[in-house]
Amino acid sequence: MEKTLFIIFAVVSVAAALNILLQRNPLHSALSLVGTLITLSALYVMLRAQFIAAIQIIVYAGAIMVLFVFVIMLLNAPKEASYIEKHKALRFLAIPLAGLLIAEAFYVIRLVKPIEMPAADDSAQAVGTTFSVGTKLFTDYLLPFEVTSVLILMAIVGAMVLARRGED
Amino acid sequence: MTDLLLEWTIKIAVILGALLTAVAYAVLLERRIMAFIQLRRGPNRVGPFGLLQPAADGLKLIFKEDIIPSQASKLLYVIAPTFLLIPSLMIFIVIPFGSEIVLFGRKIALQVTHFDVGLLYVLALGSVSVYGIALAGWSSNNKYSLMGGLRASAQMISYELALGLSVIGILIQSGSLDLVEIVRSQGGWNGLQWNVFVSQPLGFLIFFIAALAEANRTPFDLPEADSELVAGYHTEYSSMKFVMFQMGEYCNLIAAAAISTTLFWGGWMGPGVEAYPALSLVYFTAKVFVFVFVFIWIRFTLPRFRYDQLMRFGWRVLLPLAILNIIITATVKLLVS
Repeated sequence: MEKTLFIIFAVVSVAAALNILLQRNPLHSALSLVGTLITLSALYVMLRAQFIAAIQIIVYAGAIMVLFVFVIMLLNAPKEASYIEKHKALRFLAIPLAGLLIAEAFYVIRLVKPIEMPAADDSAQAVGTTFSVGTKLFTDYLLPFEVTSVLILMAIVGAMVLARRGED
Repeated sequence: MTDLLLEWTIKIAVILGALLTAVAYAVLLERRIMAFIQLRRGPNRVGPFGLLQPAADGLKLIFKEDIIPSQASKLLYVIAPTFLLIPSLMIFIVIPFGSEIVLFGRKIALQVTHFDVGLLYVLALGSVSVYGIALAGWSSNNKYSLMGGLRASAQMISYELALGLSVIGILIQSGSLDLVEIVRSQGGWNGLQWNVFVSQPLGFLIFFIAALAEANRTPFDLPEADSELVAGYHTEYSSMKFVMFQMGEYCNLIAAAAISTTLFWGGWMGPGVEAYPALSLVYFTAKVFVFVFVFIWIRFTLPRFRYDQLMRFGWRVLLPLAILNIIITATVKLLVS
């Protein structure tokens, strides 16, 4: 049962990821990305990481991608020849770069060791629940957590400064 | 495993049947209340008190011509209604309709399932359902539809923040994201210790307003403001696709009522549920009904916001209030314990 579900979600996820690249219409690409994010979240649930799965949908599919779709709809991007088609030389650069990427991917796959799945556990303290993620986040990883939030705050302030420059 | 699967399947079938009936009659209820408020009679010809009106409407809509505009983006135009309807139906699998009852010698919990991140699941589905509206607006290739779709996305992003922050008070209060646990934490004072009475009246107010905006109800129904945008994002839709949008909207309305009940008004809790578990179902249904009534009442009482007022209200009033609510709740919790 679990294996069947995994195969279904994995195939859909990879197909949607390929579709992001193959679509010409930016809106279709964005929606394929939403599909990938949702199926990835289903895979997270099967790894018993419910919290991450829910956050994945809320943050990426529900907020960031809605903004992407919003901007694409607002600009209603005209279907002009893409950058690649104007610069033919870039095509020949693509082949060695793709080869490099595939080599890197294989290198990383060789490094990954099979991890042990946490045992099926319905208690609130099990790995992947809100309780365990929260406890880790606010004890062991408190400093990285706070540093990240300051970093994000700085990025927001920077965006505000850039956006308001033209006003006065 | 097969036992559990069978139980889930039966529960889902029962809930789906009950929900779709409720949606059909919510439309009738809305029209009757509208007529009552506007001093008219309303639909009362089909069956006793017009009770067969939903069947007549359904039949009529099924036989309407299904039009796809020639300039529309076909694939997205066809699937957009499902993007709105499916998430709103999926919400109902985590809602606790009652406590446990015994049927055929088996203890049956009155919700399809419950898990650790139930509340986040609800918020996630709420944030995904905006795609249906946005895509319907874009794919119709009609300026009114596009305006409706754009307004919907901007509005839902803005009010989601206030909605998400307003429930944090509940989390502090009950210490769980699981909706079943949240309901059980409100069982004190003989079943009347509901969050809205204890510490969350402000949280409830923010949640209620944000939920109205999320469900696109008046006074926040700018995505389909009929005086300026014809019918907004579903202007071009007809026949069953139009019905799916209507069903999605009413499902969202009932979902908003059910979530408000669960989080703030004690869910199925009430006096006497310990002794008679079946009573919990009655309490829950009654509370949801009251909420649906209030939503409809508001629709025919208040005028619509202007778009800039709507945005300003969301960002400058609701959001700071929600943050204030978190600070107050956390401080009180810390001082009391």
